[in-house]
Amino acid sequence: MKTAGRMNRRQSTLIFLVCAAGVLAVVMIMGIALEDAALETDFSRTNLAPCPEYLFGTDWMGRDMFVRTLAGLSLSIRIGILTAAVSAVMALLLGTAAAMLGSRADAVISWVIDLVMGIPHILLVMLISIACGRGFAGVVAGVSLSHWPSLARVIRGEVLQLKQAPYILAAEKLGASRIANVRRHMIPHLLPQFLTGTILLFPHAILHEASVTFLGFGLSSEQPAIGVILSESMQYLTTGRWWLALFPGLCLVAVVILFALLGERARMLLDPSSVHE
Amino acid sequence: MKHRLQFAAKKLLRMALLLLGVSLVSFLLMCASPLDPLQTNVGQVALGSMSQEQVAQLEAYWGVDTPPVQRYVGWLLGVLHGDLGSSLLYRQPVLAIIGQRLAGSVLLLLTAWIISGILGMTLGVIAGACRGQWPDKLIRGYCLLISSTPAFWLAILLLLIFAVWLGWLPVGLSVPIGMDAASVTLTDRLSHAVLPALTLSITGVANIALHTREKMVDVMESDYVLFAKARGESMRSIVLRHGLRNVLLPGITLQFASISEIIGGSVLVEQVFSYPGLGQAAVTAGLGSDLPLLLGITVITSAIVFGGNLIADLLYGVVDPKIRRRAAKG
Repeated sequence: MKTAGRMNRRQSTLIFLVCAAGVLAVVMIMGIALEDAALETDFSRTNLAPCPEYLFGTDWMGRDMFVRTLAGLSLSIRIGILTAAVSAVMALLLGTAAAMLGSRADAVISWVIDLVMGIPHILLVMLISIACGRGFAGVVAGVSLSHWPSLARVIRGEVLQLKQAPYILAAEKLGASRIANVRRHMIPHLLPQFLTGTILLFPHAILHEASVTFLGFGLSSEQPAIGVILSESMQYLTTGRWWLALFPGLCLVAVVILFALLGERARMLLDPSSVHE
Repeated sequence: MKHRLQFAAKKLLRMALLLLGVSLVSFLLMCASPLDPLQTNVGQVALGSMSQEQVAQLEAYWGVDTPPVQRYVGWLLGVLHGDLGSSLLYRQPVLAIIGQRLAGSVLLLLTAWIISGILGMTLGVIAGACRGQWPDKLIRGYCLLISSTPAFWLAILLLLIFAVWLGWLPVGLSVPIGMDAASVTLTDRLSHAVLPALTLSITGVANIALHTREKMVDVMESDYVLFAKARGESMRSIVLRHGLRNVLLPGITLQFASISEIIGGSVLVEQVFSYPGLGQAAVTAGLGSDLPLLLGITVITSAIVFGGNLIADLLYGVVDPKIRRRAAKG
């Protein structure tokens, strides 16, 4: 029904993907470049409300909240990418192992999945972070070791289903080697699921990193993390400094939404059942 | 009936094993911590000024000098006698603290759980029934926004609006400051619980609404709905008689499975509102390296989560005749 001049859905989705990834990359790079500026204090400009010069205002030490927020977002994105990647690899390995290595391995891995999912997420991240002595290492370990079970479960189910799929059985009967079978028939089917699953891990990873840091189990208070900024802002809420909490939080929500949309659109592109819509 | 009992017994055994695993994993994680409980709670300066004997006494109190295996076995034996040990920070039995804190949290958790369940299901049914139209787009947008918002920031935002800006509701805690415990009225308690419960209810909606929507879309595309339309049934009757019934079962299951998320959210929300519940106790215990208390809280909350999953599994059989018959056959 589309007119000839307009782009089709596939093209507009692609353009959206490139733009969203571009925005996130720019935020990440600007944040790295501004890391030093974010720590700069200037007591001649403390507690300023948002104005054209300081878009997000300044805090009680005269730090520019806009710069701090950017640096914090950049840190969040980097931690998010790192932890989501580690989680995804763990999910892939354990998910395929559960499906391929027989019923005993399956029972053990499924039990571990149930175990990890049984502990409330935030408590588990807290516990792992404590085990690693909090700080950067604690957050990264906590978030990456707690986010794999749901994706591992999906991959396990997919591989189990694939093993019995008629076209795979037919290929085996036709004499295709095991490796060829995995490469030519299984990976093309699994890859889209795995990729979108990985992208959709980012939002969770970023939110949990911010939450755990907010509670005091994550990044130390010198670092310009969003969780630190928000937990500091708590002390100034009742005195009416709303900008300390409002803008950094809004930006975090925007970044997370961008990641979530990225994952959803990527799935539409990669999933064979919706690719032609 | 016999099959159902067998099924329940098997699930219970699995649950007990999982709980044992949870306690072992949490214990090991806490033991592996390089954080010294003496340094965090007593402080470097105070430790330096103490005599050797005092330090040794403190070490014994915090259990630093006992080997981990002995500590864990001791803890496990205590649990079998119904004793979860004593909290090192509060100097009270862990069970007493958990009971006291849970009583504060239950009000929050239960209201949030019920409200988010009903609201989420309703929104999901509406979105699914109007697929592609504006109510659907609106609800989906709302779900995306909410699931991308950290619970603690939403709590801060509500605090800013309703407590600081409008001044309608108190800023924090579960009772007014400086008031005699006896003179605290029910209204006081409720007004302090409104904001935390509201935050939790809002955040809990997204997941169940999206899942219910998917199910509802499937139902609306099914042959029996097509037939109902052909018979001339009204939209209202289709949604109520065909949609709702089929969506209810997965919805209820999902709602029982979401207990873990609500408890996780309550940790953050209670911290923002300084609401004296279980979540806040967990944060205090974690920051203060209070091993017995954190271990107790982890095990109890996991037991609640597993209990929710168990109820969901059992409900499946009770509510859905198809599954009941299949279980009886197999």
